[in-house]
Amino acid sequence: MPANKFNGHTDYGIGIGLRVPHYQHILTRKPVVDWFEIISENFMIDGGRPLRILDEILEQYKVVQHGVSMYFGSAQRADREHLRRLKTLVKRTKTPWLSDHLCWGSVDGRYTHDLLPMPYTFEAAKITAQKVREVRDFLEIPIAVENVSSYAEFHVSEMTEWEFLNEVVERADCGILLDVNNIYVSSQNHTFDPFTYVNSVPVERVAQIHIAGHSKYRKYILDTHDHPVIDPVWKLYARAIERVGHTATLLEWDDSIPAFDEVHDEALKANKFLASASLATAV
Amino acid sequence: MNLLDIQRQMAAAVMTPLTPSERMRNVAPNGRSLRAVANKIIKPNDRLTSFERLEIYNRQYWFRVLSGFAEDFPGLRAVLGTRAFDKLAEAYLNDCPSRSFTMRNIGSQLETWLKKHPARTGSRYKLAIDMVRLEWAEINAFDGTRESPLTSADIAEANPAKLRLRLQPYVNLLDLRYPVDDLLLEVRKNTEELSVASNAFSERHKTKRVAAIARMRPGAIFLAVHRMGEEVYFRRLEGEEFAILSNLRDGKSLNGAIESALRNSTTPADTRPLLVQKWFQTWSTLGWFCPWKKVATSS
Repeated sequence: MPANKFNGHTDYGIGIGLRVPHYQHILTRKPVVDWFEIISENFMIDGGRPLRILDEILEQYKVVQHGVSMYFGSAQRADREHLRRLKTLVKRTKTPWLSDHLCWGSVDGRYTHDLLPMPYTFEAAKITAQKVREVRDFLEIPIAVENVSSYAEFHVSEMTEWEFLNEVVERADCGILLDVNNIYVSSQNHTFDPFTYVNSVPVERVAQIHIAGHSKYRKYILDTHDHPVIDPVWKLYARAIERVGHTATLLEWDDSIPAFDEVHDEALKANKFLASASLATAV
Repeated sequence: MNLLDIQRQMAAAVMTPLTPSERMRNVAPNGRSLRAVANKIIKPNDRLTSFERLEIYNRQYWFRVLSGFAEDFPGLRAVLGTRAFDKLAEAYLNDCPSRSFTMRNIGSQLETWLKKHPARTGSRYKLAIDMVRLEWAEINAFDGTRESPLTSADIAEANPAKLRLRLQPYVNLLDLRYPVDDLLLEVRKNTEELSVASNAFSERHKTKRVAAIARMRPGAIFLAVHRMGEEVYFRRLEGEEFAILSNLRDGKSLNGAIESALRNSTTPADTRPLLVQKWFQTWSTLGWFCPWKKVATSS
């Protein structure tokens, strides 16, 4: 399922997150990278260095926007200023699709700047799907929602996380950014089988996949994006690719960021799985 | 309980300040039991209680906003010292939580808040206010809009009695009482040198420098915080320069801005025209002026 309407019918390969410590390397060495994912909020500004760097990157690379504060699951309406700035950036990057998280993070105009977990209720699914539709209609590009890592569950939940994800994307008719590391982290924190989650995802809606590393504590796992991808996450990725096919894949590394080549090499490990998916398709 | 109720209760708990040992409080300052809130909305699991699961988010929130705030105001931290700064940061963020989708704006209310809470800065109130104004101006200069600038020829061709000019949005004018620009540059240099010098030496040096500036008699310093290329610069201005630029920013005509700024000037009258011409040439070269347009005001 490489190209579909949820990723703008593109066929992207392996990308990495565009991060400040790598700017100089990218602009001077011009490494071969299939695409970069940017954090939208870092570029929703009026001027200065970040936008100049972005323009230079755009001249040479494909860029996809990934947001961290749209908060599709917040019960109240989206911030109009946020949407306006996001649309300006979408026009600049010409991103074929845009992703943000299936979570909430603001209420009554106050922002936590965190990806807070949703209660898995039908009411929440309805509200979230409506907001996804509003954002998509305003921005006029395909939207993919990403499953988050979570550390808490709610008494009021009426379904599993994957059932909730499916409920939202069906109602919103939107894509999925499937984060297999987040599935692994949540599966350890909430004791469920991560393969059940991966096997339940509607493959035709997967626009993109995220892989990343995390940190293990005594009683829980935190999604820190500061380590290489561990084997159990690669196994989930392999299963996801087996089901979905060759899909745009992105490695996130946001803290204790190593040299560019180390990050890129880690991302390129996904090639092994993508190649077998391509082979299966060819056969 | 509907989605909005859950989110209000969880956000209130998550945004409640931590204990001194960086744990979640049992009881919020408003008397509400956070343990009861956690038990009501969050499921426990085989390893963590409801309270412990909610606490993960409470700690993450405070670690994130405090570190973002400290990153934006290293100068204020140097002025107050780490202990007082940390207390101020928590009090400010508790009173003025972020109201923007971006952490960039987390310090936008700080100057106003400090003026309402002068005790937070103790004897260094005025120095702290100057530093906060400078650090906020720097944030605005870093990513402010740059519009097509007017050239000196554009300005020379216009009727000065009618011409009105706007300053580039990234140009911030500040009237200060202390040389906090020098201090901030030194704090930065100090931080960069941390990798080669000992931390203790660096802290001692910074403390001595801040104390020396705090002892100075307050005077008038005029500053433009602006951007050239992609770098932010602090440019010291003469009093008359500052007055002309402020007048132009406030919408006065070119003639009006100059006349008003030089009315009480001690600069000899015969040298003024040349001086003003030189200033305008410099400002135009820096690209500080853009065409006047009426800014819409909300009704």
